[in-house]
Amino acid sequence: MKTIHPAVEQTSKKAELLNAFEGLERQLAGSDTPFLRRLRSAGIARFDQLGFPGSRDEEWRFTPLTSLFQHPFVPAISHHGIDLPELKQQLPAWKEAWQIVSVDGFVEDTLSRLSGLPTGCTVMSLSEAIKARPDQVEAALARHAHFENNTFAALNTAFVQDGVFIHLAKNCVVEQPIHLAFIESGRGRMSFPRILVVAEKHSQATIIETYQTLGEQADCTTAVSEYILADEARLDHYRLNEASKKTFHFASQHTRLARGSYFRSHCFTLGGGLVRNDLFACFTAENGECTLNGLYTVDGSRLIDNHTTIDHAMPHCNSHEVYKGIIAGKGKGVFNGKIFVRQDAQKTDAKQTNQTLLLSPDAMIDTKPQLEIFADDVKCTHGATVGQLDAEMMFYLRSRGLGKDEAQGILTYAFANDIIGKVEVPALRDILEKRFLPV
Amino acid sequence: MLNIDNLHARVEQKEILKGLSLDVHAGEVHAIMGPNGSGKSTLAGVLAGREAFDVTEGTVTFEGKNLLDMEPEERAREGLFLAFQYPVEIPGVGNTYFLRAALNSIRKYRGQPELDAAQFMKLVREKLKHMHMSEELLKRPVNEGFSGGEKKRNEIFQMAVLDPKLAILDETDSGLDIDALKIVSDGVNALRGPDRAIIVITHYQRLLNYIVPDFVHVLVDGRIVKSGGKELALELEDKGYDGIKAELKRQLATA
Repeated sequence: MKTIHPAVEQTSKKAELLNAFEGLERQLAGSDTPFLRRLRSAGIARFDQLGFPGSRDEEWRFTPLTSLFQHPFVPAISHHGIDLPELKQQLPAWKEAWQIVSVDGFVEDTLSRLSGLPTGCTVMSLSEAIKARPDQVEAALARHAHFENNTFAALNTAFVQDGVFIHLAKNCVVEQPIHLAFIESGRGRMSFPRILVVAEKHSQATIIETYQTLGEQADCTTAVSEYILADEARLDHYRLNEASKKTFHFASQHTRLARGSYFRSHCFTLGGGLVRNDLFACFTAENGECTLNGLYTVDGSRLIDNHTTIDHAMPHCNSHEVYKGIIAGKGKGVFNGKIFVRQDAQKTDAKQTNQTLLLSPDAMIDTKPQLEIFADDVKCTHGATVGQLDAEMMFYLRSRGLGKDEAQGILTYAFANDIIGKVEVPALRDILEKRFLPV
Repeated sequence: MLNIDNLHARVEQKEILKGLSLDVHAGEVHAIMGPNGSGKSTLAGVLAGREAFDVTEGTVTFEGKNLLDMEPEERAREGLFLAFQYPVEIPGVGNTYFLRAALNSIRKYRGQPELDAAQFMKLVREKLKHMHMSEELLKRPVNEGFSGGEKKRNEIFQMAVLDPKLAILDETDSGLDIDALKIVSDGVNALRGPDRAIIVITHYQRLLNYIVPDFVHVLVDGRIVKSGGKELALELEDKGYDGIKAELKRQLATA
């Protein structure tokens, strides 16, 4: 095998994607829509300027991308070649949930279950929304998912074609969860799924994103989501990444919370070979409440990186954050939790916790809380703990006949349990419990 | 059933057991009594397979097999049970889940079919009655928020469910009031039988009023210095450990 300097690989990967964009630009869905064309141009221009982050980039210091550059990904322009009837068999059949399914970033209506949605609740493919509700989409799309400093968000914006659009009209309450199933073909493609959720005043819904892979080849997913909450809107949000362990997954999630709104988000990352989640939440008015909790498991030589930013731009807002990682083998975890409390943001209450369980001597975690506080009348706490399984607990379980692996599994579940226990969708909680406690 | 021969064990370079020998047969109840620091809990730990202890000399066979070669879970599956002096709290793990998983591990090892949730609950309800425990405790995480007495009761309840051949009760009486002591003792007595052996490790004679042993051994400085019937416990209560030690010294001097 020939060795190439990473910087060279990085440049050639960038050139490859720029060329691909040039070749595909006219074929991309929605290329006849002026605002979308403008957005894509801005995205690709920014990607061209930023390139891929390297080890000298502070935000990527612990997350090397060298393995990414060695894979030839083909940008997905459709989900061609997928056996849809077969896929239908494999989809999680959640009762009592609305479902919209995207394959390689493209929504496939025949797999979705959306008939009978309550009045005021719109769930449709983004490409359809661009045609049917161009004003609503233009007013919101990429308005909050800034890509000035995020190369993967810029790349997603350049190739944006489809995804999921959800609009909750004023006072609309959706009782059943809305499940957004993102399927990757596992055929060496790069996909660009996009989520745009606009929750108007007093609306309320539960939204679940899941990511899974069908085939054997490594894919690369750049996912961007925008959750825009108007006054008093309430969203309960879950994100479950169970993509194959070969997958590269770069996600950025942007949440904007207006007055008295409530966003409660749980991010479960169990799959993916190299995963970077960038989660942003910004309070744009008073009395907002935001929860960003996360649970991830790493084994083999996988790497999972969670970067979260909560921006207390306004006073009287609360944020809670608990991130838990379970790291085995030669796995690596990265956590960076930024909390900004701006000068005007008096009476802020922000709490951040990061706990990591290392199951092997080679497991690694880089954890960094980063609180920047410019207001004086605030309550901000943070704490990070890194530990191993409790030896006395292990002995207790084993002395009752449980094997070492079984005992480790039970204690790992116990560690994860307080996050899993917060999941209020039974079907999702069952899935998570089965992953941790196979009985 | 259990043969301990000339057992020496140390913790962090400090020798605690200094040539302990003991034979226990099926159907017998043995009490091991001794002052603090005599090696009582070390003995329990070595038998159950605690990693902190280093066996430097001697042998332990359990039903003819070398016990010291086995992992803690293998010992449990072979039929050994240790009731902990300080039962561990395990937040986040349900008592029922834990116990069914443990029982099924043991059953699988013995080639018995595993119990499903319904079969297990039937068994559990039967055993709960003996221990005067409410089903509510089972729904809680293992030992979490249990009172001292509840923890000890839970140990004996686990013993009843796991049905061991040899049970070692490590200071099960410590921290119990008289009512709890009675309940725990009744639970243990209900488990006495011709096929089961029990070793009761205790500092005080009090427990032995309720669990009447067939044999009493006095452990001093890592060795069994005196063995006898149940009346030895009363003698100990009367003279104290110092009395026994002094008596032994006299015997040694005259010998």
